[in-house]
Amino acid sequence: MPQLIKGGAVSDDRWTLVRDGAASLPSAPAIVPLATWLAKRDELRMRGDVGVWLAPADDPSLLAEDAATLPVIAVDFPKFADGRGYSIARLLRERFFFKGELRAVGDVARDQLYYLHQVGFDAFLLPDGKDAQDALASLRDFSDGYQVTNRRTPWFRRSDTDVPLRHRGATE
Amino acid sequence: MYRYDAFDQRLVDERVAQFRDQTRRFLAGELTEDEFRPLRLQNGLYIQKYAPMLRVAIPYGLLASRQLRKLAHIGRKYDKGYGHFTTRQNIQYNWPKLEEVPDILAELASVEMHAIQTSGNCVRNITSDHFAGVAADEVVDPRPYNELIRQWSTFHPEFAYLPRKFKIAITGATTDRAAILVHDIGLQAVRDSAGDVGFRVIVGGGLGRTPIVGHVIREFLPRAEILNYLDAILRVYNRFGRRDNMYKARIKILVKERTPEVFAQNVESEWEHLKGGPATVPDEEIARIAAHFPPPAYETLTGDDTGFRSAVADNRAFSNWVKRNVFPHKVPGYAIVTLSLKKTGVPPGDATSDQMDAVADLADAYSFGELTVSHEQNLIFTNVRQSQLLALWSELKGLGFATPNIGLLTDIICCPGGDFCSLANAKSIPIAEAIQRRFDDLDYLHDLGDIDVNISGCMNACGHHHVGHIGILGVDKNGAEWYQVTIGGTQGEHAAIGKVIGPSFAAHEMPDVIARLLDVYVDRRHEDERFVDTVKRLGLDPFKERVYAAAH
Repeated sequence: MPQLIKGGAVSDDRWTLVRDGAASLPSAPAIVPLATWLAKRDELRMRGDVGVWLAPADDPSLLAEDAATLPVIAVDFPKFADGRGYSIARLLRERFFFKGELRAVGDVARDQLYYLHQVGFDAFLLPDGKDAQDALASLRDFSDGYQVTNRRTPWFRRSDTDVPLRHRGATE
Repeated sequence: MYRYDAFDQRLVDERVAQFRDQTRRFLAGELTEDEFRPLRLQNGLYIQKYAPMLRVAIPYGLLASRQLRKLAHIGRKYDKGYGHFTTRQNIQYNWPKLEEVPDILAELASVEMHAIQTSGNCVRNITSDHFAGVAADEVVDPRPYNELIRQWSTFHPEFAYLPRKFKIAITGATTDRAAILVHDIGLQAVRDSAGDVGFRVIVGGGLGRTPIVGHVIREFLPRAEILNYLDAILRVYNRFGRRDNMYKARIKILVKERTPEVFAQNVESEWEHLKGGPATVPDEEIARIAAHFPPPAYETLTGDDTGFRSAVADNRAFSNWVKRNVFPHKVPGYAIVTLSLKKTGVPPGDATSDQMDAVADLADAYSFGELTVSHEQNLIFTNVRQSQLLALWSELKGLGFATPNIGLLTDIICCPGGDFCSLANAKSIPIAEAIQRRFDDLDYLHDLGDIDVNISGCMNACGHHHVGHIGILGVDKNGAEWYQVTIGGTQGEHAAIGKVIGPSFAAHEMPDVIARLLDVYVDRRHEDERFVDTVKRLGLDPFKERVYAAAH
């Protein structure tokens, strides 16, 4: 069974990932391909328990109008070394203001969790055979970072109360 | 130079801990080789022909003497007592043990160094002008911007899995010593008419399989916007760069396929969204970093040192060295000194741990305890008093670092090649050595003047053969090692890709081939014309004729 990490813990998964756009939709909450969503948007939107998943080449701006109402958007990583999903996540969060669950699915492993979390993912569906409990530790691989991300302003923009470390001078 | 504060140090320490755990899991069988590969690559660790190879970053080539002593120590303790300075201002160790690499990284962290992102499909070590801060032709000191961009690139979460590796070079001078036209992004710090600092932005240059000179996509980018603009370029590349074929995955292919004009529009529209956003760099931050690069405590001197002038007049060997290895400094009475790592018989760029320790001592004695590494694989003392040049020269002679050949035929840029690298088609170091041995007459070399000879053992072009005045590329022909020769390549602000003169040669023919190319030059050159300018004036034909007529 794939295991879900959500909110910093191993969690139950109520969503079914529908990989095949031609398959019939389950009555339970489902995450459907972008093409399916675009084709049946009005009908699916009524259900309220349908999310969308994007492939690396999909254009996230096609969800610009839906971002306010979609409960979940997933981004697929067919191979973990394909980093397009990281940019998609930032665009969904920072440009289209998506506030719902942003889920990384596919070839998602422990050593990618920190960066995935930083760009805006808050749920991770780990494939079969990976220990999600062990993987939780990697969400804390780094305590901070230089860049602006979905989770933080760049360190140089923070006030002293945010991060009192900066501007204190060198370590020696 | 820049010193880490607690924030910088903490991130590097956390990286060491992260990689220690990843290595442990790999050795315990919890990570497969495929899973571990990108993790070790992003920490500079390759699995090479005979052993792992660890590439350590020397950000923008700047080293303090205490850091060089640490590099010497690492060579001694974890390797075979030497290191290899590369064409990207890094140092490589060819014989570390995989299980000891976390310890090496911890040693590096103790002197504010690391091997972060020195390999893998991510933003690599930022490279720059090896004369930064002291060059007579400098418009803007690029070092604060080098550091700003080093920090931006370090652990950038969005750009850790790019289509391919990504190299950024920065200069602030009018002469381009950083090869900004043949990088994925080249930045030239400039001033506008009001004196404000900004960047000329060049994208899509590169060597390798498809050598291309980069395109200017913006003439002036205000410095506050630099990180927003870099985010925009990288985002367009990350989303749309090709991932179906690793040989077409560099940004230069995307720029070429879309055309530079369209690519520039893509970047500008992305930037529109980011402009003025949170990654806009406040002046205070640039000032904070710039405060780490104060001018050293120069003596106030008036013009050239008289003792130095008379030593140049009296001592021919010293004067030869000064002519080739000493460069003008922006401060009167000071000079920039290049230590040649191109002594015949020593692989270009190699230095032993003992030599590194000795150089560290000399840097303390003669150059305010700092040095830089050049992409030509030499070491530079940037702040030497003219009055001390004679003494420094004698010390460098004793170390084997005073070969007066900077910019000459024997100052060869050379990758590790088939002796070490598993990608190589052919050996490169023995070719460099054969050329150095054949042309050992200093008078002849000085008469020939500036000639860049660059050697790469394969298409990946780590030896920058495309931009050598004479470029040599190792190729594989039915399992045998052959060498293809190009001429007319140029680095710097007039960067040009060399042209192939014809069928390739066996290793033993190479010194003769070079000799014939030089004969044409000596016969046909105009006064004060460099080899590469003669090639540009005459074209390939006379060189081809001489080389191939003699071969048949």
